[in-house]
Amino acid sequence: MIARLIEGTSRRGLVLLALLLAFLILIPFFVNDYLITVLILIFYFAFVGQAWNIMMGFAGQLSLGHALYVGLGAYTSAALYVHFGVGPWIGMLAAIPVAGALGAVIGFLAFRFGVSGVYFAILTIAFCEFARVGFDHFRWVGGSAGFFLPVAQYSVNDLWNLRGKPSMFYYVILGFTVAAFIICHLLLRSRMGYFWQAIREDEPAARALGINAFRYKMIAVVISAGMTSLAGVFFAFFYNNLFPEQVFHISRSIEMILAPIIGGVGTLFGPILGAVILTGLSETMHEILHLLGVDVPGAKAVFYGICLLVVIVALPDGVWPWLSRRLGLSERK
Amino acid sequence: MTALLSVDAVSKRFRGLVAVDRVSFSIMPGEIYAVIGPNGAGKTTLFNVIAGVFQPDDGTIAFNGSRIDGETPDGVCRRGIGRTFQIVRPFPGLSVEDNVIVGALLHRPDVAAARRHAHEILSRLDLFPKRSHLASTLTLPDRKRLEVARALATDPKLLLLDEVMAGLRPSETDRIVAILTELNRETGLTILLIEHVMRAVMALASRVLVLHHGAKIAEGTPAQVVREPAVIESYLGAEVLE
Repeated sequence: MIARLIEGTSRRGLVLLALLLAFLILIPFFVNDYLITVLILIFYFAFVGQAWNIMMGFAGQLSLGHALYVGLGAYTSAALYVHFGVGPWIGMLAAIPVAGALGAVIGFLAFRFGVSGVYFAILTIAFCEFARVGFDHFRWVGGSAGFFLPVAQYSVNDLWNLRGKPSMFYYVILGFTVAAFIICHLLLRSRMGYFWQAIREDEPAARALGINAFRYKMIAVVISAGMTSLAGVFFAFFYNNLFPEQVFHISRSIEMILAPIIGGVGTLFGPILGAVILTGLSETMHEILHLLGVDVPGAKAVFYGICLLVVIVALPDGVWPWLSRRLGLSERK
Repeated sequence: MTALLSVDAVSKRFRGLVAVDRVSFSIMPGEIYAVIGPNGAGKTTLFNVIAGVFQPDDGTIAFNGSRIDGETPDGVCRRGIGRTFQIVRPFPGLSVEDNVIVGALLHRPDVAAARRHAHEILSRLDLFPKRSHLASTLTLPDRKRLEVARALATDPKLLLLDEVMAGLRPSETDRIVAILTELNRETGLTILLIEHVMRAVMALASRVLVLHHGAKIAEGTPAQVVREPAVIESYLGAEVLE
């Protein structure tokens, strides 16, 4: 497996990767809680971007309603924890099939009846909106008034129940992101990865090569939904409160696809780099404005818009393909 | 000998237009069979019916002894029919090698084995030196050969070629003719081709079917077909006899 993992990566790339990982493991010892929280946000968006990338970047199916799976994961694990005392790691085992099953329903409805492209994207938005309205009236998990988890004891790290300091959450989300990267790397270079890319490039041509497009698109949706639900579990236990209006809002869906778009759709490093650029720079900008005593409402949204414009005009394939060429690193799209 | 492909009284209509009108023919294993006819004669529609893109309104299609009419395009390919497209459609964002690996993976679960098979096919089609190029950067003749390579990688028993010589210079046409002749001779691959380039048809095909307005107007050896008055009148023109 390790041989498959490093196949096609240059020695220079492997050394850089190892150094980067060592740096990321050590960094919580040298920075304050605020910076750790910013890093948590970066890896959260890198992780969900990676999960979304499986559907859009690998298999070419545009989802604009991925907040649905975050929300399902968050509410499933939170409800199990609050009502039954089931810990988040077991909650993940429940969240994955719940999100995967709904992903399969959406995929089946779309792919069986030839709904594709922007119409598929609209369908994903519609399901996310149904969920938002539904959870607004779902009293068992708080409805529109919100659902709250017991607040963490800040001084104690309880990994089993995901209660503790920001550094613990940092290592958890870093582990998620590294695991997602490895999984996506292996998937992309697998038989299924080649079939996904063929479907993404030209579905009729892929079918003419014997590829069962329906089956492989369904698998992409289910894996992507299941993986995204893990981010939802993390979200619930990190923030400790869930409001349908926030969790399922379309802005959450848009936010989570910006990182892979800016970093490079269909690439492995794109979602990570995009998250670093977006979250890192927007938080830096926020801090600078704060230090200057300037309060600009909506500055973050404007910043995101500028980033998108720059990337679309100057680097339509994303920042990572350009950067990897500059650094002499190779990555197959 | 049993026919590898039997098309029996197949019709395909699009509302009022009869695109294919009760066409019948059969192809023997190892044969190179050509379908010719003027533009709009129904050649590509007939191809698409065989390849599973369209379902026939009437008639039956049997391949290797089993009915395949009503089968999906991927199902048809899995049964052993590879195809190219009239307007070439390689996977533009993938390398030449990856394009062919996708086809080779159909019957090979292992990527390394598929890569080895892809390399053999790319070498046969003179594309090996360009294996790392993006498909979108290839010239038209190279893209046409890439489509043939990709279809061959699926290990077809029957290869459907839709105007692979169209738009090529005579030297490029001769190159593809030589490759197909060698493939047919060495592997026994059966080929059904649609072609307008008559020098290629004359060089390759053992039998030719002529379509006009969706219906069969002639069938026979290339030498017989080009002397049929109906074929000369509807398609070839008088210069062919000169």
